[in-house]
Amino acid sequence: MATVTAVLEVKDFKAEVPPDWCPGCGDFGVLNGLFHACAELGRRPHEVLVVSGIGCSSNLPGFFRSYGVHSLHGRALPFATGAKLANHGMTVIVTGGDGDGYGIGLNHFIQAMRRNIDITYIVMDNETYGLTTGQVSPTSETGMITKTTPHGNLEGMLNPMALALASGCGYVARGFSGQPKHLQKLYTDAIRHPGFALIDVFSPCVTFNKHNSYEWFRKRVYRLEDSRHDPNDFHAAMDAALEWGEKIPIGLFYQNRSPRPSLHSQDPGLQAGVLVDQPLGVSKEQRRKLVEEFM
Amino acid sequence: MKQPDVIVGIGGAAGDGVASAGNTLALSVARQGQAVYAYNSYQSVIRGGHSWLRLRISAEKPVNHGDQVDALIALNQDTLDRHLQELVPGGLALYNSAKMQPGHEPPVGVQLCPLPVPDLTPAYAKLPVMQNTVAVGAVIRLMGLDFTGLESVLGSTFAKKPQVVKVNVEAAKAGYDYAAAHFLPLSAQLRPTTQQWALVTGNELFAMGAAFAGCKFYCAYPMSPATHILEWFAGHGKQLGVCVRQVEDEISVINMTIGASHMGARGMCATSGGGLALMTEAIGLSGMLETPVVVINVQRAGPSTGVPTKTEQGDLNQAFGASQGDFPRIIIAPLSMPDCFTTPALAFNLADRYQCPVIILSDLLLSEGNETVDPEQLNVEFAIERGELITAAPDGDNGREAVSGEPYLRYKDTASGISPRAVPGVPGHIHVAASDEHDEDGVLISDVYTDTVRRKKMVDKRTRKMATVFEHLPAPKLEGSIDAEVTLVGWGSTWGVISEAVERLNREGISTSHLQIKVLVPFHVTEVSAILGRSRRVVVVENNQSGQFARHLRAETGITAHGHIRKYDGEPFEPKHIVAGVKKILEEKREVVDVLSTEAGWQTEHPTGTEGDWAGRLVPAAAVIT
Repeated sequence: MATVTAVLEVKDFKAEVPPDWCPGCGDFGVLNGLFHACAELGRRPHEVLVVSGIGCSSNLPGFFRSYGVHSLHGRALPFATGAKLANHGMTVIVTGGDGDGYGIGLNHFIQAMRRNIDITYIVMDNETYGLTTGQVSPTSETGMITKTTPHGNLEGMLNPMALALASGCGYVARGFSGQPKHLQKLYTDAIRHPGFALIDVFSPCVTFNKHNSYEWFRKRVYRLEDSRHDPNDFHAAMDAALEWGEKIPIGLFYQNRSPRPSLHSQDPGLQAGVLVDQPLGVSKEQRRKLVEEFM
Repeated sequence: MKQPDVIVGIGGAAGDGVASAGNTLALSVARQGQAVYAYNSYQSVIRGGHSWLRLRISAEKPVNHGDQVDALIALNQDTLDRHLQELVPGGLALYNSAKMQPGHEPPVGVQLCPLPVPDLTPAYAKLPVMQNTVAVGAVIRLMGLDFTGLESVLGSTFAKKPQVVKVNVEAAKAGYDYAAAHFLPLSAQLRPTTQQWALVTGNELFAMGAAFAGCKFYCAYPMSPATHILEWFAGHGKQLGVCVRQVEDEISVINMTIGASHMGARGMCATSGGGLALMTEAIGLSGMLETPVVVINVQRAGPSTGVPTKTEQGDLNQAFGASQGDFPRIIIAPLSMPDCFTTPALAFNLADRYQCPVIILSDLLLSEGNETVDPEQLNVEFAIERGELITAAPDGDNGREAVSGEPYLRYKDTASGISPRAVPGVPGHIHVAASDEHDEDGVLISDVYTDTVRRKKMVDKRTRKMATVFEHLPAPKLEGSIDAEVTLVGWGSTWGVISEAVERLNREGISTSHLQIKVLVPFHVTEVSAILGRSRRVVVVENNQSGQFARHLRAETGITAHGHIRKYDGEPFEPKHIVAGVKKILEEKREVVDVLSTEAGWQTEHPTGTEGDWAGRLVPAAAVIT
């Protein structure tokens, strides 16, 4: 499919179905940023595929006007990987939450980065399980009291930034849904990045996580763009990834200056072009040769 | 069988070259117009243990590996000790006399054929595997075939190394000539024919058949006995333009495959029972998204890790029950290796037409067995029927609005239940496909307070799709007379062995007919009931412990089988097991007969033979029935 840059507006990407999130939910900011980013990029809605898993944030494709798949809990990345390989002419975006991507789907997250599939992955990280009404999540802080950790969370926090860096992810960023303009910039850069791109977004759950509130984040976050951070410096990115507490960095942590080729550009079966555009079946001559291998 | 056949058994430890010796032999005889059916009984070890390959060779195509041994090639002492007693009168045992000696007297009428390998090939000093080449040369002579087939196979196997060809051909010729001068030929002498044969495994046929049927995306995680499908695709993906991926687990495998299929690529994946367990949730996803997927499950002995290198038909219940809720699925069990070749094409067409998951149930016997197939039967152009698939927008569509004012409904509640499927990327057909329950336009209704009417409508729509499916599925047919004393009923891979048992029973005066089931879901209730409702004695033959198919038959038709012959020891049925089982049922009025493979005549204390002193004892011919 040819890449045509069209003049598009935010309304082109707004679905008729309004979001069903709680008033004040951080996911509104994430969705708004995505509307603006896609309008800016000029990809037409039918050239975009948004795939999600299960959870509050995974309802996003229903509110976004493009092709969408609301797949299984934790399995959005494998589904989207197969979709991208089958039609790499499409822009493929995966959205989901921290439970979906860092809990049940963690293995796929690491593998997707390792295989460098050209997908933009947006994780709405609210440090809790919202749809099931407030249980501990892989990114919940140690000691956090939830319905399933009434005596405090005994486990350590998963660090998605450090994990992404260690897994070979070529574009690693973090945003805050309280800053949608900033998010929009991260999205457009991530979608343009030729390979796997992660944007972890602090997206407060106003109903079931009273600890990590907008106020809590506002007090702590600072933009790496405003510091002397060099996003091409892997080690500096790792230092930033390990920063947590009174100060928490957001922005572009790392972008590989010479990224590895993405999976679809290397797959031997895709050298003739987009898979779904190829003719089906095998020629008579080719069939004869294949059968002769057994003689 | 009207043509003479010879069954050769080749045994050794893993690493001794059993499989490659067998392959060389099979290809050599195939190049002289002989058909082969081979089954390798092996262990899940890379070195050591015991591997026992039987090749049945005849000008008339064998459909199972038979149940006796005419010629034994022992590659180690263990094999000679284990299998010498299995040889039938007139049979012979070939072995390297520099390395092994029979530990006991052979049965009456069995010829010992010691081969002085070091004297026959100087290369043996450095290459112990040359004993295999010598023995293959010898056995070909004793079957009555000439040397040309073997010579050409050795030439093509080592095509890039002329020196290796020379050494191997000399060794093989020395074995061939030595056998001619020193041993009596087998009483069954094979006659060369001009028929050409391709030597294939069921797994290779699944892969090649799928590729011919338009498979564009293949994904798997290595798991015995399904791995060779992945290896064939990996080796041919580049030339055929198939995207082939090995990924982290079977959950990822099937979700990726459904993802690719969702975009319009024909996608297939394969695994064994444990992998199918991981795929379970996504089989329901395929049902709910109405995105086609083809899954091959190559059954092995379960439960859990089970016996990874042994065969069983034990995953029927799992295939029926894979995933929660009610949704249409199709389950097909190929009956033979040629069937492995055509079934993916059938499965893809059904999956596309009915927008549902199709599970192909194979097993280790079928998938890893070697068989010769007429190459003309393989150079086939399959009809590719994609059902109601929309891959392009009508002319004039501007890509931003729905076509001709009518909104596109992905899950339109049509009379047939089949909704035209637009793939992502097509202008004017934007929709979200959801694993949640959804309305015709794809919008979720799962979070609505209660919407009983629309929920029921969508379940009914999906169910209704199957109304026409029998038009595309072959109905089972009875082989033999409806008035037969016994009707044997099997499913899937047991077709060949039951066919031969039926022949033998009829010859012995027990009139027997045969019904083999290929399509398990949906079930041909009318046709099967019409046949079995009139049968005098229904006996179900299946390779599992609990009679999973017999229960399915009863659930679908209300017909309770009169007798059951079951086997769950890891080895496939042989014709003699079924013949003995039928007699037992008739003579003793038994309902369930379990049969067991034993190494007749010799039992070992160390069944794995992997360590310690190998101790064994001679026993009288072992009972095969418990």
